[in-house]
Amino acid sequence: MITFTDVYKRYTNQYEALSGLSFELAKGEMAFLTGHSGAGKSTLLKLIALIERASHGQVLVNDQNLMRLPQGKIPYYRRQIGLVFQDHNLLHDRTVFDNVALPLVIAGENHREIGRRVRAALDKVGLLNKERNLPIALSGGEQQRVGIARAVVNRPPILLADEPTGNLDPDLSRDIMHLFEQFNQVGVTVFIATHDLELIKTLPYRQVVLHKGRLAKQGEQSR
Amino acid sequence: MINLNIKNYLLRHIQVMLFTLGRIWRQPLASLMTFMVIGIALALPASLYVLLKNIEQVSTQWDDVAQISLFLKQNTSDTQAQQLVSELKAWPEITAVSYQSASQSLEEFRQLSGLGSLLDTLPANPLPGVVIVKPDSTDLQPDAIGHLLSRLEVLPDVEQAQLDMEWLQRLRSINETGQRGISILGLLLSLSVLLVIGNTIRLAILNQQSEIRVIKLVGGTNTFIRRPFLYTGFWYGLLGGLVAWLTLLFTMSLINGPINELASQYNSQFTLVWLSGSMMLILPFTGMLLGVMGAWLAVGRHLSAIEPT
Ligand SMILES: Nc1ncnc2c1ncn2[C@@H]1O[C@H](COP(=O)(O)OP(=O)(O)OP(=O)(O)O)[C@@H](O)[C@H]1O
Ligand SMILES: [Mg+2]
Repeated sequence: MITFTDVYKRYTNQYEALSGLSFELAKGEMAFLTGHSGAGKSTLLKLIALIERASHGQVLVNDQNLMRLPQGKIPYYRRQIGLVFQDHNLLHDRTVFDNVALPLVIAGENHREIGRRVRAALDKVGLLNKERNLPIALSGGEQQRVGIARAVVNRPPILLADEPTGNLDPDLSRDIMHLFEQFNQVGVTVFIATHDLELIKTLPYRQVVLHKGRLAKQGEQSR
Repeated sequence: MINLNIKNYLLRHIQVMLFTLGRIWRQPLASLMTFMVIGIALALPASLYVLLKNIEQVSTQWDDVAQISLFLKQNTSDTQAQQLVSELKAWPEITAVSYQSASQSLEEFRQLSGLGSLLDTLPANPLPGVVIVKPDSTDLQPDAIGHLLSRLEVLPDVEQAQLDMEWLQRLRSINETGQRGISILGLLLSLSVLLVIGNTIRLAILNQQSEIRVIKLVGGTNTFIRRPFLYTGFWYGLLGGLVAWLTLLFTMSLINGPINELASQYNSQFTLVWLSGSMMLILPFTGMLLGVMGAWLAVGRHLSAIEPT
């Protein structure tokens, strides 16, 4: 599903955030991305979401060569990827419902389908009763779940998360991870960057470990 | 299916229209100020235009009274004069000709001036005979009358031909200059409307940077992001145009009273032309066009700079 081949990423300041990186994530796999702060985890996820482009090497996602994808196609490409961020990236002047509906509105879904899918996604993350609230009226954990609902509402084949539990206490973090597992169980490829080693060592998924922009270790593929 | 798609498409546009109108509504003060700026900028050239139209109307009304006096040479006899009159009557650009002999002129002058006995002391009648020509006013171009004048001037019996209403021509050329001036002013003020709306939209874009980033992250195309801003420009222009129309009506109503009074003093049929109907279409439409264009320019310049990081 995701294949990196000898990928380099150099930011404008000449600093090599990623160097000579090669790894592969199978379709339907769930894996964690770990490494010290500044190791290049966020950079790697940004390359997959085409928020940044690789300086060198090949990135293949869902059979598409990202190096060759023209700028105008990026919006459509991104609709195949659900993104979850540590700071949620919610729109604060819109209700929970409208936030989750955003990807469907963008894709031009009709009204009834939007209502149906948004409620299904909110139900999945346990926030059906909060659909009329503004994000500010929610706790950090609830906001994160809204972000997850938005990421999965248009049923993307790939789900990326950058430190989704960064601000949450252990119990909430476990709930969030459990949510990701559920999406993985219905076939979504899930890739999560995290610092929370305590939590993920209890979980049976592969870890891709970065060290100073290079691949330090990758565990066995879990399935 | 296709029908459904079109319906969806229209529905989405209507939603965005209402959504942007709602946003404008929720900042009433700032929006009102923008409307006023746009409204005044559009009302100014529009009022001047209406004013000119009125002047034009005055000048065509006065065409009826335009006449040319041909002062005949001193030695011209009455018979020669009558001959000239019948000759001129055949000219197509002349509707009426009349003759006033030298003695008639003197008689008239005697009555008007009250200098009766003093005139009797004069050895000879100093006044010439006059042929009064009324040009055909239906196809009266500004230079047609001048052309007629120069042809009459060179007739053998004519000493001097004088257009009694030379100010008419002056008024017309002033009018023409005014029209050109208004075009330039209108263009400049349209440009300023474009800039005002462009700047308003630019600020809106900067205000919604994080929102634009999020929309880009979840796969929003530039078209999708651009749409609400274009509709915002649309509303500003349209409502600003309506303000311009109201401003125009207001100014016209202010000057309507005094103008009517002035006209009645001159025994004139003149009534002020408001052009309110056509302006009600032209002003909002112009505003709308400028609004969408200004928004388009602003969005084009600023949107691509906002990328997710
Ligand atoms: N936009 C940028 N411009 C320049 N350098 C950058 C940029 N983004 C990241 N970097 C650098 O690239 C390196 C990798 O950053 P990245 O954010 O990928 O690390 P990370 O593994 O996500 O760290 P953390 O765990 O702290 O989030 C860092 O040294 C960072 O300073
Ligand atoms: Mg990071």
